[in-house]
Amino acid sequence: MATATVHQTEREELISGSEAIAIACSLADVDVITAYPIRPYDTVMQYVSKLKADGAFDCDFIVAESEHSQFEIVKHASAVGARTFCGSSGVGWFYAFEAITVTAGLRLPVVAMVGNRALDDPGAFGVEHNDAMAVRDLGWMLYWVGTAQEALDTALLAWRVAEDPRVFLPAAISCDGSFLTHSQAIVNVPTQEQVDQFLPQYDRGRLLLHPDNPITVAPQVNEDWLMEIRRQTDDAMRRTSDVIKEAYEEFKQLFGRGDPSPFIEEYMTEDADIVLVGMGTLAMPVRVAVRRMREQGKKVGFLRVKFFRPFATDEIREALSHCKAVGVIDRDYSYGSPSYGGVLFNEIRSALYTLDNRPLMQSFIAGLGGREVLVRDVEEMTSMVQGSIDAGHVKEENTWIGVRE
Amino acid sequence: MTTMTQELPQVRGVKQIPVFEGFTSGHRTCQGCESALVMRLMIKAAGPRTIVVGSTGCMYVANTTYYSTPWVVPWMHTQLGSSGSAATGTAAGLASLMRKGKMQDEPINVIAFCGDGGGVDMGLSAISAALQHDEYNLLILCYDNESYANTDIQVSGSSPWGANSTFSPPGKVHRIMNRRWKKNTVPMLAAGHPDVRYVATACGSYGPDFTNKIRRALTIGGPTFIHSIDPCPKGWDYDPKYSHELGMLAVETGIWVQYEIVDGELILNGPSRAIARGIRRRKPVTDYLQRQGRFAHLTEEDLKFFQERIDETWEKWWIPGIVPFGPHDEGE
Ligand SMILES: Cc1ncc(C[n+]2csc(CCOP(=O)(O)OP(=O)(O)O)c2C)c(N)n1
Ligand code: SF4
Ligand SMILES: [Mg+2]
Repeated sequence: MATATVHQTEREELISGSEAIAIACSLADVDVITAYPIRPYDTVMQYVSKLKADGAFDCDFIVAESEHSQFEIVKHASAVGARTFCGSSGVGWFYAFEAITVTAGLRLPVVAMVGNRALDDPGAFGVEHNDAMAVRDLGWMLYWVGTAQEALDTALLAWRVAEDPRVFLPAAISCDGSFLTHSQAIVNVPTQEQVDQFLPQYDRGRLLLHPDNPITVAPQVNEDWLMEIRRQTDDAMRRTSDVIKEAYEEFKQLFGRGDPSPFIEEYMTEDADIVLVGMGTLAMPVRVAVRRMREQGKKVGFLRVKFFRPFATDEIREALSHCKAVGVIDRDYSYGSPSYGGVLFNEIRSALYTLDNRPLMQSFIAGLGGREVLVRDVEEMTSMVQGSIDAGHVKEENTWIGVRE
Repeated sequence: MTTMTQELPQVRGVKQIPVFEGFTSGHRTCQGCESALVMRLMIKAAGPRTIVVGSTGCMYVANTTYYSTPWVVPWMHTQLGSSGSAATGTAAGLASLMRKGKMQDEPINVIAFCGDGGGVDMGLSAISAALQHDEYNLLILCYDNESYANTDIQVSGSSPWGANSTFSPPGKVHRIMNRRWKKNTVPMLAAGHPDVRYVATACGSYGPDFTNKIRRALTIGGPTFIHSIDPCPKGWDYDPKYSHELGMLAVETGIWVQYEIVDGELILNGPSRAIARGIRRRKPVTDYLQRQGRFAHLTEEDLKFFQERIDETWEKWWIPGIVPFGPHDEGE
């Protein structure tokens, strides 16, 4: 459909991650969008509302009275066949938790942005990954974005994969608060034709809630059927990997950009003795640190996990099977977890368990509440991992970085 | 701005209630469940081009066993406090798709129902929000069996004073555990959302009146709200065959007032109108209370208190039975 913003040629714009996703919404011709204010994700809704106000984007934009309603509204709009978008941050995401849970259970392809934020109290606006991670077991696809460009591209990919009838699962696009939501970068904005070619209309098919298809959705099943239904959702999540690969290949052809893998990004890992692992905008200081340490002759690399769900077990195993030690940098915490490690750490450690030559594994908690992770922090972590290699074992399995004692 | 609604004419008498059944066999509600009748009447009035969304409660759990759904129309569950959001989301989805030409344009009724727990308590804020969206045609029906029935009968903000429930059992020290007076829901929503064109109370004992209210709500345009009083043999503790009679007694004693507010105008219906006009005397509340086990522990004094509170609503309230406050009387 032609709207005022449809540009016929790809264009470059200096925009933030939030604005990139708002533009993706208009390019995807999303039908129903719901908003509720909470920093930092809500900037995306400021851009969406402006696009709508200017007549550049035709959607039903609803300012809900709570996050719970925000997610319930899109859930029901999705059930009658509407393409949807919403989002939240921190405690807002938790306020919506009930609705978030059932959206996956109902297999509704809602796409949401999470502007990662600390779970106050005590009050804090900065990034932590615990908010989005809380849904990791529930059937949401979870992606951690590294740049504004990736935010736009991932949003398009998210609708494409979520709405694929082989999948029909919701997808959350996690964007680090401030570092991504509010920081501007040059972004290639695709043309409407490119997007239309990549993204078919959402077709709910025989699951459409409509008088022409009078089905009963979510009846009471109890122990008679719940296990089979859970298994179906598990099967759907298992199918996501292939659907993502397929869509990503097509994306790369149509848009002319992308990484070798949709799931992970490897940076100087090939011959590395030490591989650091992390998600989101953490990649920036880590890449700089890796380059510096390489200049000093240290064999260090970085693996960025992009899809946290589905977790790319095989690719991660493969990427980490040749190094001596792995240092996982979590921007989250998991009180009382195995080794008191971060969430990502324990997932990675579990994925590597079956390797014949398991690398040493060390967990770092860093950058909580939006505290910056500095290049020298990365160097410090790396030297701790080197210490473990030298000692032949890991002395401290978990370390909090840069904490005032 | 509202889009087109269906044409659903008012009925005159029981014989004009449609033969169409949208809620049939397959449900597992208790014998004499008045809420089940409310569902049946609701969908008869609305007809087949309707999407119904129901929040958690008896009308979900007892109604939609997998493989034996009683719903002939499309039906979807929503969360306990989400009837308002479910109605909004469904209506918004349809409106957007039709406006953009992605779905055939036709008026489809959207009804979301909730119990008193889901509506009067938990879902109040979402219902209030739904009532602010005059661009969507939708009806929220709160079926009020005066307890959280499905979870084994617990008091809600819509339970009557003194009622015995599993969270308000009369005990040796505290005879009256539920000391809250029932919320005055419809006037609260009407006063709080003056742009809403239709709100009403209803009772399944009055079939044609009930049908007409559903139809008015669905055809007037914009968001609407109906609150029905539903006798519940299990929660109220009486022989199921008296459900209809108890509904009528709730009205005839003046405990429940039947009315609708259409474009800002209050219209009392049936026995409530006769009571307000002084044509008919209110029956004593004991006629109603003493028929139900949930009030069996009330003493003479308690019954007197109950009667006085009801008298007060009719004799002292600014709009009898409906609006408790009024303009300040300057006096002499
Ligand atoms: C968020 C949430 N809290 C609690 C429940 C448990 N629950 C299920 S049905 C129900 C009763 C709801 O009462 P009401 O809305 O009055 O409907 P009724 O059962 O009386 O028909 C409750 C509390 C739930 N399903 N969801
Ligand atoms: S408990 Fe009450 S509302 Fe629930 S099914 Fe039984 S009679 Fe109906
Ligand atoms: Mg109830």
